[in-house]
Amino acid sequence: MFDSLSDRLQDVFDNLGRKGKLTEEDVATALREVRMALLEADVNLKVAKDFIRRVQERAIGAEVQKSLKPSQQVIKIVHEELIQTLGQPGRLNLGGPSPRVIMLVGLQGSGKTTTAAKLALMLRRDGRRPWMVAGDTYRPAAVDQLVTLAKQLDIPYYEEGTRAAPPDICVRGVQAAKDAGASVVILDTAGRLQIDDQMMSELEAIRDRTQPAEVLLVADAMTGQEAVRIAEGFNERVGLTGLILTKVDGDARGGAAISMREVTGVPIKFMGTGEKIDGFEPFHPDRLASRILGMGDMMTLIERAEQAFDQREAEILQRKMLKNQFTLEDFLKQLQQVKKMGSIGQILNMVPGMGRLRQQINIDDEDAQRQLKKVEAIIYSMTPSERRNPKLLNASRKRRVAAGSGTSVEDINALLKQFREMQRMMKMLGKGQMPKIPGMFR
Amino acid sequence: MGSLRKGLSRTRQSFFGRIAQALGATDITEDTWDEVEALLIQADVGVPTTMMLVDRLRHLGITRADKLTEALKDELRQLLIEPQPLNLSGRTLSVVLIAGVNGSGKTTSIGKMAYRMRLNNRKVLIAAGDTFRAAAIDQLKLWGERAGVPVIAGQPNSDPGAVVYDAVNAAHSRGVEVLIVDTAGRLHSNFNLMAELVKVRDVLRKVVPDAPHETLLVLDGTTGQNALTQAKKFQEAIDVTGVIVTKLDSSAKGGMVFAIQQELGLPIHYIGIGEDMRDLVFFNPTSFVDSLFENGNEE
Repeated sequence: MFDSLSDRLQDVFDNLGRKGKLTEEDVATALREVRMALLEADVNLKVAKDFIRRVQERAIGAEVQKSLKPSQQVIKIVHEELIQTLGQPGRLNLGGPSPRVIMLVGLQGSGKTTTAAKLALMLRRDGRRPWMVAGDTYRPAAVDQLVTLAKQLDIPYYEEGTRAAPPDICVRGVQAAKDAGASVVILDTAGRLQIDDQMMSELEAIRDRTQPAEVLLVADAMTGQEAVRIAEGFNERVGLTGLILTKVDGDARGGAAISMREVTGVPIKFMGTGEKIDGFEPFHPDRLASRILGMGDMMTLIERAEQAFDQREAEILQRKMLKNQFTLEDFLKQLQQVKKMGSIGQILNMVPGMGRLRQQINIDDEDAQRQLKKVEAIIYSMTPSERRNPKLLNASRKRRVAAGSGTSVEDINALLKQFREMQRMMKMLGKGQMPKIPGMFR
Repeated sequence: MGSLRKGLSRTRQSFFGRIAQALGATDITEDTWDEVEALLIQADVGVPTTMMLVDRLRHLGITRADKLTEALKDELRQLLIEPQPLNLSGRTLSVVLIAGVNGSGKTTSIGKMAYRMRLNNRKVLIAAGDTFRAAAIDQLKLWGERAGVPVIAGQPNSDPGAVVYDAVNAAHSRGVEVLIVDTAGRLHSNFNLMAELVKVRDVLRKVVPDAPHETLLVLDGTTGQNALTQAKKFQEAIDVTGVIVTKLDSSAKGGMVFAIQQELGLPIHYIGIGEDMRDLVFFNPTSFVDSLFENGNEE
């Protein structure tokens, strides 16, 4: 739905077709597109205006570098300014007397409880001794949720059910954690609207009585124009020290992050990036900037690949390939590793410049996913010896495999042909020749 | 209607109240148009819909700014669909499937919906299809207790399809009229989780003819432009029939409602306007637009 900014700017400048210095007119044309892109990414209108003004100042008269097209030059300036606006990732302030208190605040459904658990896990991996305190007595079963997560992760917690007042629970929780030798205490609080005076007073009470080192606003990356008011509201009442952006694994552009960062001036510290409990990362301004501009996210792609591919296994595979001992079993393993990186569509979206290409070739995610599944099913339906030596597959065996995998003999033949093709290429590679690679994805 | 006003009063004040101020009895200038555009954008109406609205208004030939308010109201109202009553009667068992992204307010909305239906003397049952999030089942059970509606649940991390299957059986044997099925929150961009949701829907289809009779998407009212993408993806996956917009008691404006109705033709059935059990009200386009424009004095 959203054209990426780079595509749009390219169109604008393709029409102009000029080089050299950026004129005022070039910049004005380009900045109109930038403004649209920012608004579509949910950057607050006022924040977008200020941002555009800063870019304008930098861009007019800027020399277009030899290696760049004018559109690229503008994008470069916008990108740099965006990174600067997003600011450096903030670190947790964990020096000082133990235990340090981290208080999580935010609207309903922004992800505080999940974030509390993710943060605790990360802190423990860093060698700290975290505790969690269940301070949300309002939402039904919020305490149970925190306790369940804490038990799953084996992280000590404090809870008093839902009868006591949250500030009292938090004070006693911090004390209990201190007595047990905790180094960090994470306070989960109930979701509330920043315009709810009574509930905001409660947060002030918790803050005053527990003296947190960090007060972190947990905010949904999909938030719209209201992000500004939400962040302002919490900041005015409880004094934020940082932001945590959640649900960043979705496809929202995340422009709300710029808005919140601009109005509070506090750094973005972490991002929640998945359903799994380790889906939690330090904030990367450059990546978010690329994403807001729809420029792909190469770093995330590389990291995902690194996580998905086991280094040692990759080496073994490589050796097998070169010695031409690559079997269908290895092929299956490889497919599964690719799958771990996400859907084909997700992967392509992270590649810079793929936005436009994707629209053109219209890769059907589900279809690709189905194809992978089919291949898996076929290989699983073979006996181990067949996987190692596909030549065993005579007509009757093929019929058996087809029946077992819910496919047809033609499907199996197609897979075997593709596999032989791969083997042939690897053989050539092993001999140091560069084979012509036929289209892997049709 | 009082509660809708209560929930929307902030919206009204902070947003459309300002339109009325901006559009005083003066001649329309380019600044006026910029102002209208700015106000719509800030209400999360989105760039394309805003452009379309401004364009339409410009072609109406209005010269006085104060006439713009009425015209804008008209245009906004035209974008909204008059919601039909939920298709939940005229058969032995009707099934409502509820879906949405994480934290949008599915479980809370189900509790409130079940309560409403019970007050209307309908025999309701809830299926705890969110077996993934920690304590989601407990949360739903507590809402069930509050609403006085029984909840069928399985073990945490069990197959949601199995829970749904059990719930349908229970519904039949207990003579239930409406079964509301909760599902785990999932991002529309997560292929595997969307596939799981399709599976839950398919299980329903298999065990109850024509089920689900309503498939409602729960959208967080504070969400920006991504709401439209969410609605599209869920519609593609499970044929959404309508929308519930939550958290409209916040300072957010819910402006994405317009684009969703415009582009996808999905009716909005309920809006959530608070934490109380009664804080789920029918969506009424006319009073929605009207109350947005009122100059509230309270607060």
